[in-house]
Amino acid sequence: MRVKVLVFASYAEALGRGELEVELPAGATVGDCVAEIRRGTGAGVPPAPLVAVNRRYALPDRVLAEGDEVALIPPVAGG
Amino acid sequence: MCPWLTHDPLDVSALLAEVASEGCGATTVFLGTVRRSESDGDVVGIEYSGYDAMAEAELDGVLADARARWPEARIALRHRLGYVATGEASVAIAVAAPHRSAAFDACRFVIDQTKERVPVWKKERLAAGTVRWVGPHGG
Repeated sequence: MRVKVLVFASYAEALGRGELEVELPAGATVGDCVAEIRRGTGAGVPPAPLVAVNRRYALPDRVLAEGDEVALIPPVAGG
Repeated sequence: MCPWLTHDPLDVSALLAEVASEGCGATTVFLGTVRRSESDGDVVGIEYSGYDAMAEAELDGVLADARARWPEARIALRHRLGYVATGEASVAIAVAAPHRSAAFDACRFVIDQTKERVPVWKKERLAAGTVRWVGPHGG
């Protein structure tokens, strides 16, 4: 299945872009997705970043579905 | 654009007008402003960026939580995105309530939760011309 992954701020700078498409097997988790991104892009993303799925924070064991919007969230600094 | 995020300078008078009510005897305002400190690297401005759609959802959640805890409080918030120079406000929160306890407490809660939850990032621009990303809860 294919998921769209948005990356922001320092992660986007490290990867040189704001959006990736990641190909994953059915049943893959958030953790699997991050591992796949790290495999492809090297050290731009840490091993256990904050992740959102469909605009809500998600844990690494969250199972992904085709069409999910995943986002890698660098340490937030709003307010 | 959602009601909480703006690229324009913040209008505190407008926020006060939003929460004003004859039933409220206490109003608090929090302003987060860009601070310049030579010991912190001499910041001249900060570029704020966000995951807008999720920031909106998280701010909806923060305000809903605040309203659940302080149902008598009227709350308005604006968070600025884009470049904010030293001395200018990046976030403004106004709370009006019948009495001061709720006005103080709800305002504190909203800024604390905003800093914890909302996917917004800060890139500092320094007087020397360099830039750097701010870590978690910086400032």
